[in-house]
Amino acid sequence: MPDFVTSYLGSTLTPGEAGNQFWALVYVFVIFAGVSLAVMSMNWLERKALAHFQIRLGPMRTGPHGLLQPIADAIKLLLKEDIIPAGADRFVFWVAPLIGLLAAFTVYTVIPFGPSQAVSDMNIGILFMLGVSSLGVLGVVVAGWASNSNYPLIGALRSSAQMVSYEVAMGLAVVSAILMTSLNETGTGTLSMIGIVRAQQEQGVWFIFKFFPLGLIAFIVFAIAMVAETNRAPFDMAEAESELTAGYHTEYSGLRWSLFMLAEYAAMISVSSIAVTLWLGGWMRPFSRLLRGSAWDLIFSLFPAVTFMGLAAVAFVGVVRMPRRSDFKVQKIGLAVFGWLLGFIALMLLIIAIAGRSNGAAIPSTVNQSIGYIYWFLLKVAVFMYLFIWYRATWPRYRFDQLMRVGWKVLLPISLTVLVATAIVGILLS
Amino acid sequence: MNSAINATNATMAPVATPYFFYGLATLAIVSAFLVITRRNVVHSALALIVTLLSVAGLYLMLYAPFVAGVQIIVYAGGVMVLFLFVIMLVNIDRSYKEKRFSGLWPIGLAAASALFTLFLFAFIKGRALFPDRMMLLPESSNTQQIAGLLYGDAGKMGQYTFAFEIASLLLLVAILAAVVMTKKRA
Amino acid sequence: MPDNYFARYLPLLMHFGIATVLASIIVTLSYLVGQHKPNIAKMSPYECGVQPIGDTRGRFSVKFYLVAMLFILFDVEAVFLYPWAVILRELKMFGFWEMMVYIAIVLVGLFYVWKKGVLDWGLIAGKRGDI
Repeated sequence: MPDFVTSYLGSTLTPGEAGNQFWALVYVFVIFAGVSLAVMSMNWLERKALAHFQIRLGPMRTGPHGLLQPIADAIKLLLKEDIIPAGADRFVFWVAPLIGLLAAFTVYTVIPFGPSQAVSDMNIGILFMLGVSSLGVLGVVVAGWASNSNYPLIGALRSSAQMVSYEVAMGLAVVSAILMTSLNETGTGTLSMIGIVRAQQEQGVWFIFKFFPLGLIAFIVFAIAMVAETNRAPFDMAEAESELTAGYHTEYSGLRWSLFMLAEYAAMISVSSIAVTLWLGGWMRPFSRLLRGSAWDLIFSLFPAVTFMGLAAVAFVGVVRMPRRSDFKVQKIGLAVFGWLLGFIALMLLIIAIAGRSNGAAIPSTVNQSIGYIYWFLLKVAVFMYLFIWYRATWPRYRFDQLMRVGWKVLLPISLTVLVATAIVGILLS
Repeated sequence: MNSAINATNATMAPVATPYFFYGLATLAIVSAFLVITRRNVVHSALALIVTLLSVAGLYLMLYAPFVAGVQIIVYAGGVMVLFLFVIMLVNIDRSYKEKRFSGLWPIGLAAASALFTLFLFAFIKGRALFPDRMMLLPESSNTQQIAGLLYGDAGKMGQYTFAFEIASLLLLVAILAAVVMTKKRA
Repeated sequence: MPDNYFARYLPLLMHFGIATVLASIIVTLSYLVGQHKPNIAKMSPYECGVQPIGDTRGRFSVKFYLVAMLFILFDVEAVFLYPWAVILRELKMFGFWEMMVYIAIVLVGLFYVWKKGVLDWGLIAGKRGDI
């Protein structure tokens, strides 16, 4: 293999920092594939989970338990008629979904899945993330305007007003986390995403527990604001079906519409990643201070394998519980294959975890560590993704005036107070 | 300029930066030209977004990532939303009927040439006016440097404290004016 | 640690470029593969089956504009807060009070807007006859 491929493998830096453009490109493609896959599975999971919340079955026909439903949907959307309304501004109508998607995808450059598992580490990481993700508002406004139709226009105005309102509380909550990064010997903080997690590592505490309850309150403010920021229930004013049909993308159809959905889910994952990075210790495993030693390391390194084993077990329970009829045979086999696939992944992870324990082993221990970092990061993000579904199933939609009141009159004062309190405590401790 | 940077930190030597610079500068100028020539205001606004983002890219090339981030957050993310709202508030069809360049063009021309003269002056006299050390801020501490300039006490390096406080008053005046202007007449 | 400044930001350009290409491919694919059988009813904007009246690009509440203005006020404040937060512990109390003055002035703006009822929408605003 050429030098530029192998030389990076031992590095502890992100490809961007190490100046290795080849691996940076590989990371970019992995992220694109990963996000697309995550959005598809999220689509399936959301429909299934919502259905079970409402004592329905959800998709059951396309593949075992509707597992192939996202693929079927993608094909359907591709073949659908691509309508541009007569009065629409064609150029802007084309560009609007692109703006949304670009804003949602470009932020992934700096998300740290591990200490070296990011495309690049920028010194303005968090500023860059908030800035670029705020560009998504432009896509929404422009889409509503281009449609030249009443529902999209009102939806676009509402949702953009909502997004900018909650961005304020969000930005202020982030500042209090940045303040906490400066509690080290040098006395200066950092805006770099990797630097923020490193600071939590050095201080030995996730920022959600720092200066209790200040970190917790800032986190809660952020967690509320991020739901509003991504236009999800109970803040899905933009898509209030009962009032606005589908909001700003009413006139969109086919894959063009799916770009908006892709952008929405990608944005959900990226804001969850910000929350995980800032307050939940990023790639760190839980209790990394309290439960130390090689025994605990081994136990925690088994978690990825155990997770996949659990998923495989669920799949096999599904196989057993399938009706014993001949017309379910294909579905049964399909689910069993899926279960074996998950089991195989679990086996691989198990081998890596056991064999990669020591430095002299056949599999370098860095592989084991990297899997651990990515696993814990993704697990924390996955919890947020499930919460997004849970919120949607549980809470009724806010009214627009309530929404604006919560954003400006409740969250903003709270986050400012927390910020000032954190600053005072931070200065007093120095 | 380049030699000064190279002298302090050899690894920071930029690769093929002239091409990036000319690419970004062309993009900024072309889209800025589109902003003033498009009849449709929303098309102009879209072009303006491109201009602002390419200017952010230029800041990035000047070893000022923080300023680039601010450019994206405040201008592309904040001011453009305001612009789009304003565009939607006005009746767009009327602008189609108006003449593209109004009678005020001599004033615009005068302002543009005055600005150009200023830039030319700064460009020619630049070495003397702007000390070299401004180019030497190490990239890794760009944010800290800016913070030090803005907030440090007057004795050390914070010469812009007063300007910073005035900025808040400016913003306050802007929001008061917006409310007063839009207030419903009783 | 090498400070590969441009190498560090180059992936951003690659990321952006690939995202653009990908999104364009998706939109073009949808345009090429999907069928096109337009008719007047289909091409008219969705209005629950009612004939749309006039152009929609008309006028709406000026409050949206005020919210955007208020957003810029706080956006700029947040941008000032980031570098401040980074070196606050070096600045000590002087830097702290500096920022408190700034926040106080911005809060006057919020308070004014609040009292003027710009942040009230719907029924309350309608009853009071504010903006």
